[in-house]
Amino acid sequence: MIDYLREIISGTWSLFVGLGITIRYFFQPVVTVQYPYQTLPMTPRFRGHIELVKDEETGETKCIVCGMCQKACPSNCITVNGEKREGVKGKVLTEYTLDFTKCSLCGLCVESCTPKAITFSKDYNLAGVKKEAYIFDLKKRLEAKN
Amino acid sequence: MYVDPEIIRLLAFLVGVIAFAALNAAYLVWLERKEAAHIQRRIGPKEVGPFGLFQPLVDGIKLMTKQLIVPAGVDPVLFKIAPILVMVPAIMSFVTIPFGETLVARNLDIGLLAIFAFASVNVLGLLLGAWGSRNKYAVISAARVVSQNVAYEIPMLVTVVTLVMITGTMNLHTIVLQQQGGFWHWNIFNLSASPLMPVAFLIFFVCMLAETNRAPFDMAEAESELVAGAFTEYSGMGFGVFFMGEYANIVIGASMATILFLGGWDCPLGLFPGVLWFLIKMYFLIFTVIWIRWTFPRTTFYGLLNLSWKILIPISFFNLILTSAMLKVF
Repeated sequence: MIDYLREIISGTWSLFVGLGITIRYFFQPVVTVQYPYQTLPMTPRFRGHIELVKDEETGETKCIVCGMCQKACPSNCITVNGEKREGVKGKVLTEYTLDFTKCSLCGLCVESCTPKAITFSKDYNLAGVKKEAYIFDLKKRLEAKN
Repeated sequence: MYVDPEIIRLLAFLVGVIAFAALNAAYLVWLERKEAAHIQRRIGPKEVGPFGLFQPLVDGIKLMTKQLIVPAGVDPVLFKIAPILVMVPAIMSFVTIPFGETLVARNLDIGLLAIFAFASVNVLGLLLGAWGSRNKYAVISAARVVSQNVAYEIPMLVTVVTLVMITGTMNLHTIVLQQQGGFWHWNIFNLSASPLMPVAFLIFFVCMLAETNRAPFDMAEAESELVAGAFTEYSGMGFGVFFMGEYANIVIGASMATILFLGGWDCPLGLFPGVLWFLIKMYFLIFTVIWIRWTFPRTTFYGLLNLSWKILIPISFFNLILTSAMLKVF
């Protein structure tokens, strides 16, 4: 009999404890992010498509057109071209094309790049209706940023 | 042409009550979604209008534009009559509920009895709808609803009988008038009549949850097991009417708890009595009903019946005997 009553009382009490927890949650601030209106900064290790890095001193690309990324790419989606110019030391980048339709975001190009001229972008809002929209001219993108 | 003012008064109340029930059904859905969201630390509806306040209207329009599908093989009469059988008694119950000192459609001497009589028709509606829709989920749900309602009607009515013994009347208006003048006069704190009155309120509230098929006793509409229970075959406004009936029943349950235990339109400190206080108490109870839904998971069916037969019924009978003994002695 005592056990029966004790169980009822402790059971009822546990229900009130539960209600207490939810009402505390009720008054705490909202934790969800209203996505199209608010966005969170991407985490530093997020892998978007690759991007050329700007040299802070010259404002130009850091790329030395060594072609290591092109060689490292297992899906052959990077095309790098450069030319020798009068009065400039080393090669000058003329073309850097990324075929993002084939890219698997493995990151071997970023690892192989000695002057650290490419990095992952934080661009995740990619949407398009044409395949051609995903063949990126990274040199133009860098210039557009300047 | 002479028209009896009584008829005009009753018509006004009829329109008012139907509007009140429909508006409540719509905005309790909004409240439910908002409260659920904030308990889970989300925002809930926010796009349609300020704070998502027009969401229920849009939902209503959506429901009305849907086709009313009558599946092949259903009982054509029962299938169509069931939503009405759920909705009509709910509307009828509003007739005798006193919202304020003078705000009552028809002040019946047996108001309490009338409400419980109408409330039990609700189960019949669900049973007929489920049986008529020729769906095994619906029939399982109906069987559950009936046994659940049989189990919970008993402690609820025993508690109400206890209360009627104390008040000596079934007139809801008189019951409220007896509790006037501050919260220490309310029946929930009427410890001189029975020291178990707060427990009686708790029993009444739990039974009210079970009678209206609310979580954690929503065995009738256990989405994860029974699709939508008794409503599985209903579409569009057929489902909508069931839904409105459910919410109207919640409003009636909360109103009854307010009238019987919380002093109706009486202000806690004896100031400014009025319909406002009735609404505050009623909506607080409804808030609690929703709060409970988003706190506790659904019980098992045996747990539900055990709670009624092994705990609520013995305690309510003990309270009945204790109250009658105390009434006799003091």
